[in-house]
Amino acid sequence: MEAVISLAIGIVFGAGIWLVLRPRSFQVLCGLMLMSYAVNLFIFVMGRLWIDRAPLIPSDLPAGSAPDPAALADPLPQALVLTAIVIGFATTALYLVVMIGSRGLTGTDHVDGREPEP
Amino acid sequence: MRALDHLLLVPILLPLLCGAVLTPLTQGWHRLKFALGYASVLGMLATALALAALADGGYWRDGIGVYLAANWAAPFGIALVADRLAALMLLLTALLGLAALHFARQRWGRIGVHFHTLFQFLLMGINGAFLTHDLFNLFVFFEVMLAASYGLVLHGYNAERLRASMQYIAVNLAASLLFLLGAALIYAAAGTLNMADLAARVAAMPPADRGLLELGATVLALAFLIKSAMWPLGFWLPTTYAAASPPVAAMLVLMTKVGTYAILRLWLLLFPANDGSAAGFGYEALLWGGMATIVFGAAGMLSTDSAGRLAGYGAIVSSGTLLAVIGYGQASLVATGLYYLAGSTLAIAAFLLLIELIERIRTPRAAMLALTMEVWAVEDKPDEPEGRGVPAAMAFLGLSFAACALVIAGLPPLSGFVAKFSLFHALLNPPDGPIPAAGWALMTLILAAGLVAVLSMMRFGVRTFWASRVDAPPRLQRSEVLPVVFLLGLTVVMTVEAGPIFGYLGRTSEGIHRPADYIARVLGQPPVASAVEAK
Repeated sequence: MEAVISLAIGIVFGAGIWLVLRPRSFQVLCGLMLMSYAVNLFIFVMGRLWIDRAPLIPSDLPAGSAPDPAALADPLPQALVLTAIVIGFATTALYLVVMIGSRGLTGTDHVDGREPEP
Repeated sequence: MRALDHLLLVPILLPLLCGAVLTPLTQGWHRLKFALGYASVLGMLATALALAALADGGYWRDGIGVYLAANWAAPFGIALVADRLAALMLLLTALLGLAALHFARQRWGRIGVHFHTLFQFLLMGINGAFLTHDLFNLFVFFEVMLAASYGLVLHGYNAERLRASMQYIAVNLAASLLFLLGAALIYAAAGTLNMADLAARVAAMPPADRGLLELGATVLALAFLIKSAMWPLGFWLPTTYAAASPPVAAMLVLMTKVGTYAILRLWLLLFPANDGSAAGFGYEALLWGGMATIVFGAAGMLSTDSAGRLAGYGAIVSSGTLLAVIGYGQASLVATGLYYLAGSTLAIAAFLLLIELIERIRTPRAAMLALTMEVWAVEDKPDEPEGRGVPAAMAFLGLSFAACALVIAGLPPLSGFVAKFSLFHALLNPPDGPIPAAGWALMTLILAAGLVAVLSMMRFGVRTFWASRVDAPPRLQRSEVLPVVFLLGLTVVMTVEAGPIFGYLGRTSEGIHRPADYIARVLGQPPVASAVEAK
């Protein structure tokens, strides 16, 4: 499972890097989004991969007994991922707005704001 | 917890609330918006002064005030920490914010609907980044600061600003991803994100397990170094500075210092130079990277003829000097580095504000004449003035420009000279053994960068003030002149009061070189016994 996930993260991130280096702003935007997906997955994986373990203390726990930490997944990376998704989403949306503005004002979608000399 | 501990929240809450109140005010209401924003910045200034007094006056043990947000004990919740360093940076933020806001009063604050709102959120992000003691919370405050700065760089929307901010946003989005990667790696290696807890765990970590942590710290440092524009990572900076409107550019100068601050804080906490087995990780890279940055900035200063880019490269030189000073790893250097940080930030911000006023005397005709003189290498100056007395506006611009140039180049009598002198004093008196080769290299570079700064500032000054014919004195508003005078006055105060300031900075430096104090104070802070339990 670890190998599959790390390969997936690597491929998504690599595709993102390639797109970020492209000259059109829409490609850059897609690249940034792919990279942020890869990073979000990465944060999630950094809390270790568990199967069938809840990140929260079960509600049917008998009164007075402490929960067993080994039976729980690490909740912190999941909280971090949520925050990172929200923030990444907002800033990417902002970039999209700037991109559209730039397209309207300069008449080209090249990242430099002008077409390269032929 | 005592009543005054709640002051730690004020620099974050005040701009947040003020920005929230300003948001629904759309068109018009300029005076009200300005008054609210101004009051908030004045409040921040008072709070910063109070925090500095509390941290330095022995109100808190070891000069470290800890505030546990939502009353969670330290490694679990988010802790805010105010020490002398944080108070100093908060003070610098408030002073710069005051000047930039005042400058924006007549023109820049009126052309956009949400200038004042974004300005408050920017201040909130910066203040939060200085106060927080949690890595992920630092990320959140960085994003608040960046999101506000994206809007502000676009302020006064034209094609040049759009182009610049496309690059600025793309670079910073990528840097944020690196920040997240670094924080995740550090969490995977150490299992905590609280800085004090992290420092304790790093010190106790066996060297074999340290690889992942050092990888994480490196990735994290990359994100900070993009902000503070270290050499291969700082190409975005001059374009952005030159494109942004002057009050915003002045605040951007401070934002590069946020990156430097984060490096200083984290590195001295996690990898103290003098003890522990994690000693010295990454210092070499900071030192040589900083020196490369000085070279790059100096070359840029020589090569450009646009004032905004000149200021941008000046900021790069200042960043490079600071990074090299941190990387040098000598405790006595840090105090002078902080003095240099404050002085150069104020001067470059003043210069960026001044540029707009100076541009008003450079009519296209005058600019063309200056260019011609450069091309034909006309060296002889006009023998006598053209029979017209220099009007007061010109005198003000000339004098302020000279003051900026003196501080940026580090010539006597202003604070730049004091900073360089004490840097050299510290470099020439190492605590043990002879001066290493890197010390000589750093001194040579600082001297050379100073010379280059003199040259390029003089070239700009000659072209602007002597070589251009002034047909009519430029029209300056009082609200635009005052902030420049204020910022330059601060550098004069820094020069006159250098003794007490160095005393404070010396105690600051001693404090941040004792990570054990932070570990003890932050992890030992008891949560408040809650009202429910007390019943």
